[in-house]
Amino acid sequence: MAVAEDAVWSAESTTPDEIEAALRQLLVEAHVHDDQVVPARVLNMIAFVDRAWAGEIANRLRGVGRYHASRMLVLAYEPRRRTLDARVTISTDCSSTPGELSLLRETVVVELGEVHLDDLLTIADPLVVTDLPTLLWSPHGHREVISELLPLSQAVLLDSVEEPAPAEALQWASHLGEQAYVVDLAWLRSTPWRERVAAIFDPPTRRPELRTIAALTVRHHPASTAAALLLTGWLASCLGWREATLLAHDGTLRGRAHANRQDVALHLQAAPELMVPGLESVSIETANGRSLRLSRGPGGLRAHARKPHEKSREWTLPGASRGESGVLGEGIRQALLRDPSYVPALDAALAMAG
Amino acid sequence: MAIAAEGHARVEEPNPLTTGLERPPVAPASLVIFGATGDLARRKLLPALYNLAHDGVLPGNFHVIGVARRERSDGDFADECLEAIRRFSRRPPDADVLESLRANIRYVSGTFDDASVYGQLSQLLDGFEGEAGEPLNRLFYLSTSPDFFPVIVNQLGTAKLDHHDRVAVRVVIEKPFGTSLQEARDLNATVLSIFEESQVFRIDHYLGKETVQNMLAFRFANGMFEPLWNRNYIDSVQITAAEDLGIGSRAEYYDHAGALRDLIQNHMLQLLCHVAMEPPASFTAEDVRNEKVKVLHAIPQPSPQDVLEMAVRGQYAAGHAGGEDVPGYLEEEGVPPDSHTETYAALRLEVDNWRWAGVPFYLRTGKRLARKITEIAVTLKPVPHLAFSQDGSLGVRPNQLVLTLQPNEGVSLSLGAKIPGTRMIIRPVKMEFQYGSSFLSQSPEAYERLIADVMRGDATLFTRNDEVEAQWRVCDPIVSTWGASGDPLPQYPAGSQGPAEANGLLLGEDHWRAI
Repeated sequence: MAVAEDAVWSAESTTPDEIEAALRQLLVEAHVHDDQVVPARVLNMIAFVDRAWAGEIANRLRGVGRYHASRMLVLAYEPRRRTLDARVTISTDCSSTPGELSLLRETVVVELGEVHLDDLLTIADPLVVTDLPTLLWSPHGHREVISELLPLSQAVLLDSVEEPAPAEALQWASHLGEQAYVVDLAWLRSTPWRERVAAIFDPPTRRPELRTIAALTVRHHPASTAAALLLTGWLASCLGWREATLLAHDGTLRGRAHANRQDVALHLQAAPELMVPGLESVSIETANGRSLRLSRGPGGLRAHARKPHEKSREWTLPGASRGESGVLGEGIRQALLRDPSYVPALDAALAMAG
Repeated sequence: MAIAAEGHARVEEPNPLTTGLERPPVAPASLVIFGATGDLARRKLLPALYNLAHDGVLPGNFHVIGVARRERSDGDFADECLEAIRRFSRRPPDADVLESLRANIRYVSGTFDDASVYGQLSQLLDGFEGEAGEPLNRLFYLSTSPDFFPVIVNQLGTAKLDHHDRVAVRVVIEKPFGTSLQEARDLNATVLSIFEESQVFRIDHYLGKETVQNMLAFRFANGMFEPLWNRNYIDSVQITAAEDLGIGSRAEYYDHAGALRDLIQNHMLQLLCHVAMEPPASFTAEDVRNEKVKVLHAIPQPSPQDVLEMAVRGQYAAGHAGGEDVPGYLEEEGVPPDSHTETYAALRLEVDNWRWAGVPFYLRTGKRLARKITEIAVTLKPVPHLAFSQDGSLGVRPNQLVLTLQPNEGVSLSLGAKIPGTRMIIRPVKMEFQYGSSFLSQSPEAYERLIADVMRGDATLFTRNDEVEAQWRVCDPIVSTWGASGDPLPQYPAGSQGPAEANGLLLGEDHWRAI
């Protein structure tokens, strides 16, 4: 029978050793209470957050469901705090059926202040599970903290669309990528678009058309230029487009890239009507006059295709919306994988963004 | 010609956009489900299709055509499909995705031997291609009683729906693939007179389970096991598929099949193959299936005399399960009172090859046993010399590696460890690994994986014609011998470990693991 209630320990003015001992004790007690519960051992996640916004981050993390890291370490920062206060919670996954194991997930919230920043590594290190990969996330900026905690982390979670300057956001992602695996939520938001574009050109008769792409237009949430750049960078890196540069013009980015057969006109345009981060539509035109447009629609992406002298066609590419919590959950899951297409896409996007 | 018929594929220009994608593209397709209103379609196929759509795996141009006897409109059938999805999907369906699926559902009514049904299908399929402006792969899913498999296959051939110049045409055949070696051969002959082997996907849904696939990862991605994986270090292998439930409402099917045909002939022999096969050169369909067939051919075909020594059957009698009194098999609704159908079967098989000669493979399955569990236990040979005292100790026991497929998927290794204290006494302890605690992702249903594989044309997890026949080659003599025997079946109380007669299969010090 699963433990229905969370087990909690808290202390003020504590130390990492005390917190770690409390964690161990809670795990032992949970197992003694019910030997069908076992701690999940997949991934550590460290979130460095401003304490004032910790509740909002906790809400976002609650939405990721089964993608919750096995041990979540939240470092809640309040500049003037001088002591370490901590709260440890062990939760049981109650969705398991009788006879099946229930997973225990551990959340450790440590409140700390500016005085602790120099020793951050020694605070976090004892609180992550040895030998599990660690994902680092600092949703409120604090780049210096990310640098401090990088030695403890194998992957860094970021969202390039949350940075005000897209080029700078991509540069930061590239810089981090030299030291850890980068999971960029802006990139993950483009996954369904990349999958669908790849699928549309997948039939063997269609593949040669990839070489004839002459124009690409990406419409995006006004704050998601980085996502549009990454999608464009993905096509550029996969298809060998060279010397692409984009210039700002009337609130859009325009430019050209050299493909083997012809230039490709690039157009990244804000879609003010889009209420959520990410992309609104992707349009591709080929040199022989064929066009394809994918746009958001109910129950998936809506495809609109047109060939010269033929009636245009529309159809739906089914797929459920993941929502922002789904994207965050996917980001956590991706920390355990390695996507070989991200870095080339990022490099190409950086080159285009100048 | 865009795509040559399957089996004549030419080298294609690669799609550079698929690098790094977790879900490779699936080609636009139409799926025809024969027996679309049956239990399998409602409980498994339609929910699997929905979940593929939910995850964005289904292609844009995707159509479902249901074929069944009763008259109903497209709309009525679509309503029934959506109702089945709402009821049986592993996650609550998204209304918009359901609606986008609904728009592409059609229905054809008629009997499977009626040529006009296939004419209507042909028109519908051509119409979809016309609307799509591109050729669509054609998948025919035979989710019917096995009696109809040859009928449908022949009709597809007569209607010239078996091949297409521009797209792939595939046929999916559910189990059971025959009820004897001769039936399997006849069915293969019929199917292969119409389709090429590369077009045929014989489903054994066990192979779509993550844990079965994990067995290959476990064996071939970890260097520590392979040196031990042979007759020099392994004493015996025991494969158990036990169920605590009775036959429920499946009396009509089960009383004709029995435990051997229901589970051992297909699922459990597949598990044995995964344990015993050599590392394939690659994980392509042909290489993997070649290695499995070699294992099946290495199992000697039993003679009637052998059957008496290497096979035991039983039938559950009234007993207790889950704290309740439960009836015996013969008292179950729909079961003939004089039924000789076995609800328990246990075999001792040998794999006569260099790696496994002399290692017994014990297989057992049954209904109404003590617990629901599917596992593979590999027992290593004992250490040659023991320096420790056995006094006051539970003793040093041979190491046992147990791969559990359900309910808790994982791997455990029993080891001898010193009991804390001043004396050097030993007891076995377990080192455990649980899949559920080590991955964030939820496993897809087996049918989701398998349907996506059919759409991609990947036959690795499907059974090849010679594989099915090789499975029957092992089981057929047992079926015949049991069928010819008028001996009463050993009885075992419901909720027990099975018939005591099964102990007679065990060699030397071997014993059945507690269920």
